[in-house]
Amino acid sequence: MKISPAHIIRLYDRFEFLDKEGSGQLRLEDFAEVKELAMNPIGDRIIGAFFSPGQETVDFPSFVRILAHFRPTDKNRAKDSTQPEPVNSRTSKLKFAFQLYDQDRDGKISRAELLQVLREMLGMQVTEEQLESIADRAIQEADLDRDDAISFEEFRKSLEKVNIEHKMSIRFLR
Amino acid sequence: MRNLILSQLKMGSAAFCALLLLLFFCTGGKCEIQSSNPASPSANPPVVKPFDHEPQPFPEEEKANLPVFTMDYPRIQVPFEFTLWVLLASFAKIGFHVSHKITIWIPESCLLISIGLIVGAIMHSVKEEPPAVLSSNVFFLYMLPPIVLENGYFMPTRPFFENIGTVVWYAVVGTLWNSIGIGLSLFAICQIEAFGVQDINLQENLLFASIISAVDPVAALNVFEDIGVNEQLYIVIFGEGLFNDAVTVVLYNMFSFVADMPVVESTDVFLGVARFFVVGIGGVLFGFLFGFVAAFTTRFTYNVRQIEPLFVFMYSYLAYLVAELFAISSIMAIVMCAITMKYYVEENVSQRSCTTIRHVVKMLATISETLIFFFLGVVTITTEHEWNWAYILFTLLFAFVWRGLGILVLTQIVNPFRTIQFNYKDQFGLAYGGLRGAICFALVFTLPDNINRKNLFVTASVAIIIFTVFIQGISIRPILEYINIRRTNKDLNTINVEVHSRLMEHVVCGIEDLCGQWSHYYWKDKFKKFNDRVLRRILIRDSRAESSIVALYKKLELQNAMELLDTPMGDISAAPSIVSLHDEKLAASRPKKKFLAADVKKMHDILSKNMYQIRQKTIAFTSKHNLPNNSQAQEILIRRHQSIRRSIRPGSFRDPVGDFLTRRKILNKIKLNELLVSVLQSTSGQSPRSSSRSLVPLSRLGTLRESDPRQQPGAPGVDTVDERGLGSLKGSSLRGRKAPLPAPRKRLSSQAEGDGDPDDFKEAGEAGEREEAAARPPPLPPPRGWVPDNQDSQEEGTGRPLIRHSSQGSRGSWRP
Repeated sequence: MKISPAHIIRLYDRFEFLDKEGSGQLRLEDFAEVKELAMNPIGDRIIGAFFSPGQETVDFPSFVRILAHFRPTDKNRAKDSTQPEPVNSRTSKLKFAFQLYDQDRDGKISRAELLQVLREMLGMQVTEEQLESIADRAIQEADLDRDDAISFEEFRKSLEKVNIEHKMSIRFLR
Repeated sequence: MRNLILSQLKMGSAAFCALLLLLFFCTGGKCEIQSSNPASPSANPPVVKPFDHEPQPFPEEEKANLPVFTMDYPRIQVPFEFTLWVLLASFAKIGFHVSHKITIWIPESCLLISIGLIVGAIMHSVKEEPPAVLSSNVFFLYMLPPIVLENGYFMPTRPFFENIGTVVWYAVVGTLWNSIGIGLSLFAICQIEAFGVQDINLQENLLFASIISAVDPVAALNVFEDIGVNEQLYIVIFGEGLFNDAVTVVLYNMFSFVADMPVVESTDVFLGVARFFVVGIGGVLFGFLFGFVAAFTTRFTYNVRQIEPLFVFMYSYLAYLVAELFAISSIMAIVMCAITMKYYVEENVSQRSCTTIRHVVKMLATISETLIFFFLGVVTITTEHEWNWAYILFTLLFAFVWRGLGILVLTQIVNPFRTIQFNYKDQFGLAYGGLRGAICFALVFTLPDNINRKNLFVTASVAIIIFTVFIQGISIRPILEYINIRRTNKDLNTINVEVHSRLMEHVVCGIEDLCGQWSHYYWKDKFKKFNDRVLRRILIRDSRAESSIVALYKKLELQNAMELLDTPMGDISAAPSIVSLHDEKLAASRPKKKFLAADVKKMHDILSKNMYQIRQKTIAFTSKHNLPNNSQAQEILIRRHQSIRRSIRPGSFRDPVGDFLTRRKILNKIKLNELLVSVLQSTSGQSPRSSSRSLVPLSRLGTLRESDPRQQPGAPGVDTVDERGLGSLKGSSLRGRKAPLPAPRKRLSSQAEGDGDPDDFKEAGEAGEREEAAARPPPLPPPRGWVPDNQDSQEEGTGRPLIRHSSQGSRGSWRP
């Protein structure tokens, strides 16, 4: 199911709105303008996800490509192994979430990375020891190959009962 | 536990005392409480009587000596009794909340009605008349406006306008459907001889039906909030409850007008429809008008901050009264007035006034609501009733059935037009949440007396109210939870899932914000343009209102400054992320910890209590008992601020990891700094205009030249010294210090966008984004070595020239 032209136009309007300088590319400051993202505990990471490694700006195709992760999944898609995985499939969505944790792109969520995310998501009343035990427990639950880190497969396995397609979809991008 | 019981006992005894006092004065006074408006000054009680009550010191003597102790009850009677009633109702309210368990299962309205019933029973047994609070005038002019004002003021505008089609559809068509359906069915029932109600004709039935279709969702909303029902459902019930009041009143007027006439002609029906439009749209227009006038007025109130809250209340009340004058929908008027007014007024008034307004609106609404339910109970006992099993039972049945049918049919029709459709569970929630409330009751009392079965109608409405409030109100929570439980997966098994789920929710929320989610994008955009260009210019004052988060930042900034004066220069404290990464690499393999079940449970508790919620603007703003809570957002911002500070300390970027995220972080933080700067600027009276001064890197200040960006690997250097700026803020404490400030802290300003922040907090979603006219800083090179030392050794050659120069520089550049 292709994304409709009307949606593209709408996204482009939004892109233009965010692009204050009219340069056709979004820079970090443009993202930072969105005030609600400042209120988001992981706002930084979300913004970071738009920028490919080494890139300073985001052009419109990349913008749309990232947003396309959040389209509702097409449940009727035939599992055709010859075609590449569509961007809004369950696996792709999981990969997106995984990369939010895994900032150094080594394919694993290390304990430190997990701790970092926890620190950002939890209120200030939580002590460091509590954070560490939570992180330890999380790793213990998911880590199957005992390397003290969560790989993508382990990540996926731990979330197998969760309705990712529902959680990570935005309806108006249908 | 003991404290709980003790406090409950105290409340109970206090309530009892208040009750006794009330009865004592009522009966002891023996003054006639007239059944009309008790709010009218009590010139009623006969003047002769007062002297009967004065205990005369020397009754025998003809010459009256100066009475040492006198009592003049009738003079204060009305306000006194009013106060006691309010206190009594409030004690009841306090009493309920002492034990949280009660309020979970039994909605407050039920409890209040029960207490009212008890009090009514007591009063009835002493043959005392309660004050006529629910009479037409008192109710519609005094008790109803605060409630509606609160609903309008705290309405979440974004979801409301997104769903406005649905809301209006349910409100208007739904109420019509209900009234006509119930009316016709009851009329059919009346034809059956066995029930003995044959004398009620069609018009009267329709009239009665229009009264009882008025849905009042107070209890339903409370339950929805507690369960955390989805936003769509919430907003539809909320909006429906508001708007169908308007429809009901129109229908009521129409039917009562028609009921008087012997014959109904088609022109009358047509006129009725036309009247509906006049009423509805007129109400909205009046509301807008008064809202704008109020906003405009507050533009000029900066010198009289103490009376700012007054305007909000007076203008909205005025809107209500003027609408009543013209017999158009006063409820719509006051709601629209509140919505329009809120957006602009909250930008114009001071933070304290803003808080005051919110608190007072909530307070008045709570008082009103409490009193209404309370008196519902009281008056139930003391009015005359006429009971007719058949009629009443059938009324209940039909009300239920027609609402269910109505919701079903209407949803089928409207679902294809909605982006988020209502499934059957939602529909059930909607239908079951249709509780009747006080408006129904008040309306039935205003029925003209020439309807010979008025008492029957009164009884029937009371029956329906009590049935819906008690039975449906109490059972709605378990039922909703039951059907919900079957829906969600049991995914709270593992810590992993909990954490990851929350992360994903945050992500989706963030992406939605990024996209500026709004389905009717075109209209919103147009409105926004109009708003920014025209309305804001007229209605909002130029200088910004202080907001709490901004004040908080100011405080933090000042603390930073003080701290920096104390710490030695060159403090190399790295950002925590880098530190922890180092630790991780150094750490040997950790011994595997064993976790007990109790530990895991504790972790779940910690997570569920402390993880930041995603922005829930709807629920947060419409909670019946609490004001919106900003503490979470404040925490997030404080934390970001702290990590800004930490990562910007000199030397923290010696580590050339080219760390993706940290680089982003800095750049991001610059934006936040601009918020701070603009605030500090505006308070120190500088005009926040400078575009060329934004984000000047350190070394540039040293030379005061706009030099080649490539020469300053210094990143948006951010921190320049500004003695004067700080001085003006801090007063004498800083001025005393002659030592130049180390690692420049004060940020230069760019365009003020500080009040983007207040917008976020103060309103439900429509952040009026200010245009940022500031020139962008040059493309940012990696933040390597912008530490002042390197720079200055090249350019100035002196020890700490930067400081001195930058202070001079900043002094120079401060001049606007």
